[in-house]
Amino acid sequence: MRIRAYLGEITYVLPELVAANTSAVLIESRLPHAIVSATPAADGPVLGVARESIVPVCQLLKREAGFDRLSAVTAVDWWPREPRFEVIYILHSLRNATRLRLSVTVGEGTEVDSVTSVWRGANWYEREVFDLFGIPFRNHPNLERIMMPADWEGHPLRKDYPVHGHKYSYTDE
Amino acid sequence: MPKLQDEIQGESRVASLDPEHELRVQDPSGIEPRMEGHSGGRLMTLNMGPQHPSTHGVLRVVLELDGETILRARPEIGFLHTGIEKEFEAKRYQQGIPLTDRVDYLSNLNNNLCYSLAVERLLGLEIPPMAQWMRVMLCELTRINSHLIWLGTHALDIGAMSVYFYCFREREEILKIFEMFSGQRMMTSYIRIGGLALEPPRGWHKFVSKAVEQIARGIDEYHNLLASNPIWVNRTKGVGQLPLDVMIDLGITGPMLRAAGVKLDARKECPHTSYEKFDFEVPTRTANDVYARFEVRMEEMRQSVRIVRQALEGMPSGPWRADAPNILLPDREKMKTQMESLIYHFKIVTEGFRVPAGSVFQVVESPRGELGYYVVSDGTAKPHRVFMRTPSFGNLQSLGAMLENVLIADSVAIMGSMDFVLGDVDR
Repeated sequence: MRIRAYLGEITYVLPELVAANTSAVLIESRLPHAIVSATPAADGPVLGVARESIVPVCQLLKREAGFDRLSAVTAVDWWPREPRFEVIYILHSLRNATRLRLSVTVGEGTEVDSVTSVWRGANWYEREVFDLFGIPFRNHPNLERIMMPADWEGHPLRKDYPVHGHKYSYTDE
Repeated sequence: MPKLQDEIQGESRVASLDPEHELRVQDPSGIEPRMEGHSGGRLMTLNMGPQHPSTHGVLRVVLELDGETILRARPEIGFLHTGIEKEFEAKRYQQGIPLTDRVDYLSNLNNNLCYSLAVERLLGLEIPPMAQWMRVMLCELTRINSHLIWLGTHALDIGAMSVYFYCFREREEILKIFEMFSGQRMMTSYIRIGGLALEPPRGWHKFVSKAVEQIARGIDEYHNLLASNPIWVNRTKGVGQLPLDVMIDLGITGPMLRAAGVKLDARKECPHTSYEKFDFEVPTRTANDVYARFEVRMEEMRQSVRIVRQALEGMPSGPWRADAPNILLPDREKMKTQMESLIYHFKIVTEGFRVPAGSVFQVVESPRGELGYYVVSDGTAKPHRVFMRTPSFGNLQSLGAMLENVLIADSVAIMGSMDFVLGDVDR
């Protein structure tokens, strides 16, 4: 049984949670060490995927589990916890009308493989994550800032970036 | 005369007017103009926007033109980025509702609904049937409102000016309904976590039924006005096609995908807010062009009218918000007479309410497509992260593919048929 820290507490990969989810069973059978965690959520389990195997897992899910659409890619910053970032992939299957969330945990400055080779629609979402969180994506066709100006310094959605920016400071909360 | 010439010569020394200087200045977007085309002719790089009226907001599209044909189009976004997602993290859950209004300012109630549903799911709140039906009714009115603006501006882009005025006449009726319910015409913030903001006003039933009849008549009128217009048909039929697998690959949703034949609608796919109790159809077409998208949206408005009529007929009675004193502000009357209500009021106003730790991705069908709110709670009164999966952002990504090898005049029709809102793209 593998463990990982989530929200400061320790949760276990629940074998029954993996067994109840057909996609998780498929990944377990084909790519045995790809799933590193499974967390229950209100809308189905969140599967934690090892950083190196995100592209093979996505390819497998697209080809064999019917996840033909990528809804979105986003990230969550858990600063000051290490590794601080969680990249979230929201997959959608038109055929089965199901959604699945994958998460990849990365530290500061670590590259994640881009899934643009699996779904072209990942392009802008990964650029957005790069722009606002500063997570680089490997093999991305055009990794540039998308929301902020090209010469902007810092990544605004990081938790250590003040809400009012660096230009102004307020003594008030 | 010599004086004027001196002035001109003096000005030519200014760096910005020096032709050599212009070549040295690098565009911060990193787009380098290509000077020679493969057809032998000189290519032209043209900026469309960020203030072009047919881009419906501040969108910059860099077009590479060979004559009047677009070889490559590159949308540049971010001009309206206001950091709403960051702002959420500094506000309490209930204070986030007005922010959701300002994301997609033409379908604010759908955004209110999606955010409220996400937080309610984390809280495990049960919403009474009356509030649910009222939410459905108002969301469908928002859909009609949004589609009317789309129709008006889309027709204006293509050259039919009068449709714009007709659409805004009917839209006015919907805005009057919103004002009657919430006191606001556009930024209503009417759907709140746990129910509605206010009790529905007296006489709303009569007011809404009258408006709906007028809107239903209007929709048929505009459909006939445009569908029988040869200029409209010529400008829209067979324009803006994209293979279906590319559309799915790019993550396009909403009326654009339905005009390509995919029956994807979050109201049917994952019913919420008692949508399963309403009888309506999801219109689809297979032509996958600008005209098909027009037909799908016109039919959607008719279906929305159908839903509003059903809501008017079968509106259940009962409370208009959930029974959760620790989350919802108490009545003014109770707050002033009962100690317990006063304590709850004080606690909600000063420290908000705590939401159990966890995360949820909630999807609703916005007029533009799949709208999703991803809310992460760390157990405090402020959200740890709110991500908005907005339909316009996903759909706009296909603009580059859609504008390849089309005439520059068609680009305006195609952009109109995509119906993006830049507030929804940039957030």
